Amino acid sequence: MVVNALKGINLKICQGEFVAIMGASGSGKSTFMNIIGCLDQPTSGEYLLDDVLTSKMNRNQYSEIRNQKIGFVFQGFNLLARTSALENVELPLMYDTLHRIKDSKKKAVEVLQRVGLGDRMDHFSSQLSGGQQQRVAIARALVNEPALILADEPTGNLDSKTSVEVFGLFQKLNEEGITIVLVTHERDYANFAKRIVELKDGKIIKDHIIEHPLIASEEMLKLNSEELVDAV
Amino acid sequence: MKFKKIIIAAIKSILKSRMRSLLTALGIIIGVAAVIVMVSIGEGAQRQVETQIASLGSNLIIIYPGASNSGGINKGAGSINRFTMEDVDKITNEAVYIKSLSPVVRSGGQVIGGIGNWNTSILGVSPDYLDIRSWVLASGEFFTSKDIVARSKVCVLGSDVKKNLFPDDDPIGALIRIRNVPFKVIGVLQEKGQTAMGVSNDDLILAPSSTVLDRLSGGRFINYIQASATSLALMPEAQTELTRIMRESHNIHTGEDNDFTIMNQADLADAATATTKVLTLLLGSVAGVSLIVGGIGIMNIMLVSVTERTREIGIRLSIGAKAADILVQFLTESVILSFAGGLIGIFLAFGVAYILNNFTSQPAVIQPVIIFVSFAFSGAVGVFFGFYPARKAANLNPIDALRYE
Repeated sequence: MVVNALKGINLKICQGEFVAIMGASGSGKSTFMNIIGCLDQPTSGEYLLDDVLTSKMNRNQYSEIRNQKIGFVFQGFNLLARTSALENVELPLMYDTLHRIKDSKKKAVEVLQRVGLGDRMDHFSSQLSGGQQQRVAIARALVNEPALILADEPTGNLDSKTSVEVFGLFQKLNEEGITIVLVTHERDYANFAKRIVELKDGKIIKDHIIEHPLIASEEMLKLNSEELVDAV
Repeated sequence: MKFKKIIIAAIKSILKSRMRSLLTALGIIIGVAAVIVMVSIGEGAQRQVETQIASLGSNLIIIYPGASNSGGINKGAGSINRFTMEDVDKITNEAVYIKSLSPVVRSGGQVIGGIGNWNTSILGVSPDYLDIRSWVLASGEFFTSKDIVARSKVCVLGSDVKKNLFPDDDPIGALIRIRNVPFKVIGVLQEKGQTAMGVSNDDLILAPSSTVLDRLSGGRFINYIQASATSLALMPEAQTELTRIMRESHNIHTGEDNDFTIMNQADLADAATATTKVLTLLLGSVAGVSLIVGGIGIMNIMLVSVTERTREIGIRLSIGAKAADILVQFLTESVILSFAGGLIGIFLAFGVAYILNNFTSQPAVIQPVIIFVSFAFSGAVGVFFGFYPARKAANLNPIDALRYE
């Protein structure tokens, strides 16, 4: 029996957008992310990334696309153990066959500073908090100057305050022009994005623009004041 | 440039789990050390034998009855043409390239003298014998050609015989009885110690060949002939000459094989070391097997390592590593591990050889070529046994690998 995880998806995401993909478990959103991320190929249909048709590519070409055009952020951070933040961030540059960036260390330092971790570059991942580790992962996703950042439940393992921080970072990067597509199952966080696409049973059931996305800095103030209230 | 980065990355990765890396390399370390030590022990034994043979005296030539390819097989009664003094005389008269010449007549038996008796061997030789063997007298003098002519009943004792019959006295001038024939002791040989073949050169008595033939051995036949060439450079000429003379003396016509064998010192060394060479090969092979087992060990640990690092491989694949990148990464780690193991094994072998050479009687000689071969072999083992795990890693599916707990 053939199980179709996705049944007819038609979606267009333009450069500079900030899209949240929502759906319950089993809705097909993981499969959808894998296809967008060129980790998996659709059995029928086509996927164009940055105007490049991705079907009928061989395994090596998929690797190249992932390396040069996509930056991944995972729920479990997926940093290399016993490796410093700096080395983690440099990793994608090692695999760039075009060698677009000559000084990998310099670039890695740059993006780490951009995500606010300039002072923690030599720390091992085990010495960083969850939020910091995710920021390292985001820096790693940025280092190759990708067309698209793909985040799968990026705050799933973080507390609410840190989650808001991370979304604040996403919003900042999006304002600088980076296209962000993320998956989440919490509507509260999805509202930080500018567009929400909802999946159910392998189909898109809803696709709407958020008129007034939440602003991370404001949400942070709210959380802080709640803390004060609780403390009292 | 990228090559250097790959190597550095591999070394860093190996150092991240030091204990595991050490245990992985242990098989190679032991294997390489074992191979080098085993082969060195064999080589040491060989050198020992060669030195012993060299101490027989340079330019040494031995002629003994029986064709070399008959190997001592009895071809029927009377087929072995034994030597006589006629052969020796002919060589004395005609040979140009021979400096010293001695027949050797072997006999043996009970010797009574001094404080008791002793069973030993007696060699009937010519006055040249000391020179041929490069032996030295500890005291007294050797017999001369006059003694040969006169068949004088004089003899020279080996140091062991002297110790057993005359432990406290000077035997020079004493009378002893060799199988009831009275002999006068005129000299004692300096102690030489055991040869590599376990034969004692000190437990014997030398006497004039004519006397031994006449009185002890039954009259006609001598066992073999020893000679030394005028110089090492003229050895080939000496051997050719001896061959011709012996063939004439034995009436061997052209086209017929020799009924004797001429061997020089190099031949002796080869024959003696033939056994040790086989031994070395055997030891080396057994040790080689242990090296293979070490390689299997590497493969096992690398497979476990690949499984444990599935998540890491998934991460690398997802951010753009190609299958070839992963393959090279793991293969490099495996090769560096095995080369490092090889290097440590070489140092270990040197250590063991040092102990053997300075604290035991078993010598070990390490030749440069075996070091090179072992090192290269350890690298080959790393490539060969690391390949399967590396390939397995490279063929992982990133999605599944990322999900792996």
